[in-house]
Amino acid sequence: MDNAGYIVAAFAVVWVGLFIFIFVLVQREKALRKEISALKESMKKT
Amino acid sequence: MRIRILLILSAILILATLALDMLLIPSLDTQNTGFIQYSPVFYWHIPVAWVALFAFLCVFIASIGYLWKRTAFWDIVAMTSAELGVVFTSLFLVTGSIWAKFAWGTWWTWDARLTSSLVLWIIYVAYFLLRAYISSPEQRARFAAVFGILGFVDVPIVIMTLFVAKEMHPGDVAFHLDKPQMILTLVTGVFAFSVLYLGLLFFGIHLKEDAAELTRLKGLMEDNDNG
Repeated sequence: MDNAGYIVAAFAVVWVGLFIFIFVLVQREKALRKEISALKESMKKT
Repeated sequence: MRIRILLILSAILILATLALDMLLIPSLDTQNTGFIQYSPVFYWHIPVAWVALFAFLCVFIASIGYLWKRTAFWDIVAMTSAELGVVFTSLFLVTGSIWAKFAWGTWWTWDARLTSSLVLWIIYVAYFLLRAYISSPEQRARFAAVFGILGFVDVPIVIMTLFVAKEMHPGDVAFHLDKPQMILTLVTGVFAFSVLYLGLLFFGIHLKEDAAELTRLKGLMEDNDNG
């Protein structure tokens, strides 16, 4: 691998790593919000 | 809203760092010296490492805050910051390793800087293992706070290796940049990743507060069902 190859690989690690981390956080937030709304709804009914 | 603004601002600043890094840095090495400060990787590696060390400083402060105030908020701040510290340490270890393969011909060497950084990563992974094995929330928060304070001991060691250890890893190069383009790119990168850290910290705290709300609602439901 030449110089450019190593630079691209290092950039890819930072970008992909951060993207996966933020994606996981957003998915976790969506799931939590969904569960909280569902619980609040069922509490209103009872 | 505050979280969204911070994350959007960090994305803009990270793109600005990328632009500066790609446009300014490669043109500086006209003598083809191969010094690390002429490599575009340097301007990602340093900001990511800075944020990792700063995250562990926040764990240290929040852990003291927890032991002093005994409120769940400080435990949540410490845990969230430790998560970010581990993520950013992983990123700087991997980017450093990729660059090492190019610069030194090896993925890893056991010099003081690399070893103390790896130890730092292991300490904070152990922090999460400790949390996972204690079931009582109060005891978990107390033990984690003590561990978070003790674990911070390695951070000054990592920083000191910059100035003391003269091995394969370059020393305090970041403090001796001689071209304004280099300083501008590095400062933009450090600022960009610091804003990203703050955005992710607030987002993480918000998530854990939502999770606590969910647990509270579930408790209420169970009480209703039993009553």
